[in-house]
Amino acid sequence: MAPDTPTPDALVRIEAVSKHFVAPDGSEIEALRAADLAIAAGSFVCLIGASGCGKSTLLRIVGGFETPSTGRVLMAGKPVLGPGPDRGMVFQDYGLFPWLTVRQNVAFGPAARGLKKAEVHAIAARFVDMIGLARFADAYPHQLSGGMKQRVAIARVLAYDARLALMDEPFGALDAMTRERLQNELLDLWARTGLTVIFVTHAIEEAILLADRVVAMSPGPGRIVADIPIELPRPRDVSSPAFNDLRRSLAGLLHGEPAIRMAA
Amino acid sequence: MTAAWRQPLALIVPLLLLAGWWASTHNDPYGLIPPPGAVGTEMWDLAFGGINDDAFSGVLLRNLVASALRVYGGFALAAVLALPIGMMIGRIRIVRELLDPSFQLLRPVPVTAWLPLSMILFGLGPRSAFFLVALGAFYPILVNTIFGVRSVEPRLFEAAAMLGASRASMFPKVVLPAALPGMFTGLRLGLGFAWVVIVVGEMTGVSTGLGAMIMDGRQLSRTDVVICGMVTIGLAGFLSDIAVQALGRRLLRWSPQHGA
Repeated sequence: MAPDTPTPDALVRIEAVSKHFVAPDGSEIEALRAADLAIAAGSFVCLIGASGCGKSTLLRIVGGFETPSTGRVLMAGKPVLGPGPDRGMVFQDYGLFPWLTVRQNVAFGPAARGLKKAEVHAIAARFVDMIGLARFADAYPHQLSGGMKQRVAIARVLAYDARLALMDEPFGALDAMTRERLQNELLDLWARTGLTVIFVTHAIEEAILLADRVVAMSPGPGRIVADIPIELPRPRDVSSPAFNDLRRSLAGLLHGEPAIRMAA
Repeated sequence: MTAAWRQPLALIVPLLLLAGWWASTHNDPYGLIPPPGAVGTEMWDLAFGGINDDAFSGVLLRNLVASALRVYGGFALAAVLALPIGMMIGRIRIVRELLDPSFQLLRPVPVTAWLPLSMILFGLGPRSAFFLVALGAFYPILVNTIFGVRSVEPRLFEAAAMLGASRASMFPKVVLPAALPGMFTGLRLGLGFAWVVIVVGEMTGVSTGLGAMIMDGRQLSRTDVVICGMVTIGLAGFLSDIAVQALGRRLLRWSPQHGA
């Protein structure tokens, strides 16, 4: 799919977004060059690439945490001017409020929206239940494992009714078993809620396992080099030949072979 | 830390010190330092009277209360000033540029060096002691509050903004709770320092308080009274610190450094 193809039902539209940073030594770094991307509502998109390819920068621009040097991001047709509750970010380091319990962390968004106490309480209880942490509802973040913390971070985003979840290597700090479980839980939540997900990862297998569409990026300067739809049936079998074929071609692409534009 | 003093191991050093004190004083009736037993007797007399019937009999509680009122009063005044000023210096750039250099310049001046000036400014008497205590407690609270509000993780602002918190609500919802451990450390250090400073404050021109009692003891060569005063101040500061720590454990249950 060519990046500039108009997608009528795009939830997110990234238009010629580039980002320059000034390094501490005064030189200018081109973190991202002219990225174009349209993301359909309800889709699961993985941004993949080596470090320095601008994938996290692009995600943070969509989140409104960074402003693009040129170009713009439209969310449901409106330009993104800053962070907002329609775009929930799940950080690799969780970003939970350490002084709030699991329940209070999940309730933070609904409370900030000014809902009534009873409503806030009901929403928090529902999402704490959904992530299977009802027994830990009154625990503080420092008492939880990494996997539990990341579940709370996901619940916190869902509890605000975010339509778009931005996930920055959310499972990168977790052990393999926990990561696998959370990947499945995330897919389950995504299927149930109709959420749109942009998921940054550097793990090829994770990208193919999760995404409808893998956007490959390359460093120096950071740019989009390929946009690959993943049409494997779900649930996906990581040991199937089709999965391995995709893994190989994506690995070849990311490890510097001539860019392969894969036709859908 | 609180668990440590309950352990029998912690008693070894105090018992050794006591034994050394006893061994070097118990058979020297004309020494300047009385043996532990004599100090114990004097402590009883200071607290309850009925043994010596002298000027020091039964005066301990009155002096302890006088000192404690000055300590907690001065400490409260310091907290009321240092917490908001520290928060403003930490978060508001213009206030930081206006005030921070002056405080940095004044901070190295020891509280004891203020004593003569404070006696001129506030007169001979308890008001001067009160001022010194407040001054001594002020800086630890100020410095730790500034540190607390400045070291909030940027990630938490991002998380709060993303969850719909307005700019105005960042202070009560993010900065204040995140800075609480720092402020609490400042309050604890400040209160500890207040107990140190009170003795200096009460040594000149004040007739009540543990510092005054120690000075009276010194002038009358009553070393037993001096030691009793030292022990009382030590215990009062120690118990006061335990109370503050217990409060911290309740308020900061979420913090791995403070929570039980």
